[in-house]
Amino acid sequence: MWDPGEDVVEVQRSPAPGAGRDAWRIFRETARGLKTTFARVIEGPTTIQYPEEKVPVYPRFRGRHKLHRFEDTGLEKCVGCSLCAAACPADCIRVVAAENTAEHRVSAGERYAAVYEINLSRCIFCGYCEVACPFDAITMGHDYELSDYDRSDLIFTKEMLLAEPLERTPLRNEGE
Amino acid sequence: MTLALVGYYEEWWIQVLKAIVIFAVALQLVPIVLIAERKLLGRFQGRYGPNRVGPYGALQPMADILKLLTKEQFRPTTSVGFLFAVAPIVSILTAVAAFAIIPFGDVQDIFGTKVGLYGLDVSIGPLYVFAFGAIAFYGIMLGGWSSGSKYSFLGAMRGAAQLISYEVSQALALVGVIIAAQTLSLTGIVHAQAGMWYLVPQFAGFLIFLVAGFAETNRAPFDLTEADAELVGGYNTEFGGGRFASYYFAEYLNVLVVAGITSTVFLGGWLMPFGIHPPGWVDPFVVLAKMAIVTFLFIWIRATLPRLRYDQLMSFGWKVLLPLATINALVTAVLVVVTH
Repeated sequence: MWDPGEDVVEVQRSPAPGAGRDAWRIFRETARGLKTTFARVIEGPTTIQYPEEKVPVYPRFRGRHKLHRFEDTGLEKCVGCSLCAAACPADCIRVVAAENTAEHRVSAGERYAAVYEINLSRCIFCGYCEVACPFDAITMGHDYELSDYDRSDLIFTKEMLLAEPLERTPLRNEGE
Repeated sequence: MTLALVGYYEEWWIQVLKAIVIFAVALQLVPIVLIAERKLLGRFQGRYGPNRVGPYGALQPMADILKLLTKEQFRPTTSVGFLFAVAPIVSILTAVAAFAIIPFGDVQDIFGTKVGLYGLDVSIGPLYVFAFGAIAFYGIMLGGWSSGSKYSFLGAMRGAAQLISYEVSQALALVGVIIAAQTLSLTGIVHAQAGMWYLVPQFAGFLIFLVAGFAETNRAPFDLTEADAELVGGYNTEFGGGRFASYYFAEYLNVLVVAGITSTVFLGGWLMPFGIHPPGWVDPFVVLAKMAIVTFLFIWIRATLPRLRYDQLMSFGWKVLLPLATINALVTAVLVVVTH
C-alpha cells in the first residue's frame, strides 16, 4: 500500500462554533479591520500627483532616442552605417546615407546620414540600436512623455533627434 | 381623535420659515457629506480622493450634481412611466421629512420670538422616523420594480427584505431608551440625558441601533440593494440624470438622518459633556459635530468591511440582532421597574 509519508499535513480547523467566542471573534476582527484602515489615514496617501509630480527615472532608463555630436568639432557622430536599422526588431529606423565632401562635411567618418528617421509609434524602446551603434552616435534618453495628436508627428527626424531634448524628466540620484 | 401631540406650538409663519430653513440646511449638508465621504474613502485607501475641482476638490459634488442634472432624461421601454418618475421623489421626500424631526436645540428666544430649533417636536418622535423610514422603502421598491429590469428588481427585493428585517431590531433598540426616558418626544429624550448620555447605560442598544442603521440606509457592509459588482447598481440601475441624483441625495440624507437620530437619542443631542452649558446658539453646532462623528463612523465602516452575503445578512438580522435587541429592551424594562 502507498505510504504518503511526510506529505500528510494535519488540517488546521477553526475552533468549534460557540456563540460567545464567535461574537468575540467577529468583534475582534472588525476592530482589527477598522484599525487597518485608520492606519492608512495616518500613513497618508501614497499617490504621486503625476503631471505635477514625477517619479525620477533611473540613469539607464530607456526613453526617447538622442543623436549625438562631437563636443569639440560639432560634427555628427553618426556615419550612416545603418547598423541600428538592421538591429531594430520593430523596424522603425530609416537611414539614408550620403558621402561627406570637403565642402560639405557633416560627420567625422566617410559618410553621413542624410536621412535619419525613427518612427516612435513603432519603437519598442528595447535599446538594441544603442547597442548596435559602433560610434555611440545614438543613445536612449530619459524622455517618456511622447503622446501626440497625429501619428505622423511621432516620426522623429534627424534634426529633432539631434536637438537638445527638453528635460521634462527628473533623473534619479545615486542611491535614491 | 388626536394622532400625535405637538410639544410646542408655534405661529404658522414660523413653521413655514422653519420648513424652508430645514430644507436649505439639508440641501447644504448633503454635498458636504458627499465630498467628505469621497475624500475620507480616499484617505482610508491611501490616496487623495477628488482634488481637481476647486480648492482641494471642494467643488467636486457641485460638478457631479451639475453633470447629473444636465444629462438626458431617459427611461427603458419596459418601465412603468408614472411610478418610474414618482419613485425617486418618494425617496427624497421621506428623507427630508424624517430630517425635520431632528432637534438641533431647545426652544430659544430669537428676536423676541420663541422658536424651537427643530422642525416638529411630535410626541411620537421615533415612530415618526420609522414611519417615514418604512415609506422610504417604497421609493426603493417602486423604483426597482418600475424599471422593468431584472437587476433593479433583484436589488429592490433585497432592499425590501433587508428593511423589514432590520427595522424591527432598530425599533427594539430604541425601546430601551424610550423606557428609560419615559417619553417618545425626541426633545424629551435629550432632556432625560442631562445626567448621563444614553450611550453609557444603553451601550448595547447603541450598537444595535447603529448596525441596524447601516442596514436601513443601505450602506456598506449592508449595501446589497445596490451591490455594484453583482447587480450593476441594484434598484437605481436604470435611473440616470436628475432621478439618479435624487436617489443619491436621499441616500446621503438618510445617512444624516440616522446620524442625527443617533446623536439625539444616544449622544445627548445638544447637551455638552462634563456639565458645560454653552449659550443657546451653540446647540445646533454641538448637534452637527455629533452628527459629523457618527457620519465619520459610517464612512469608516464602509471603507473597512466587505459586503455581507444575502444569507449572512438575514441570519445576522434575525438570529443575532433581533434577540439582542429584545434582551436589551427586556433588561432595561426590568431595571426601570426595579429602581423606580
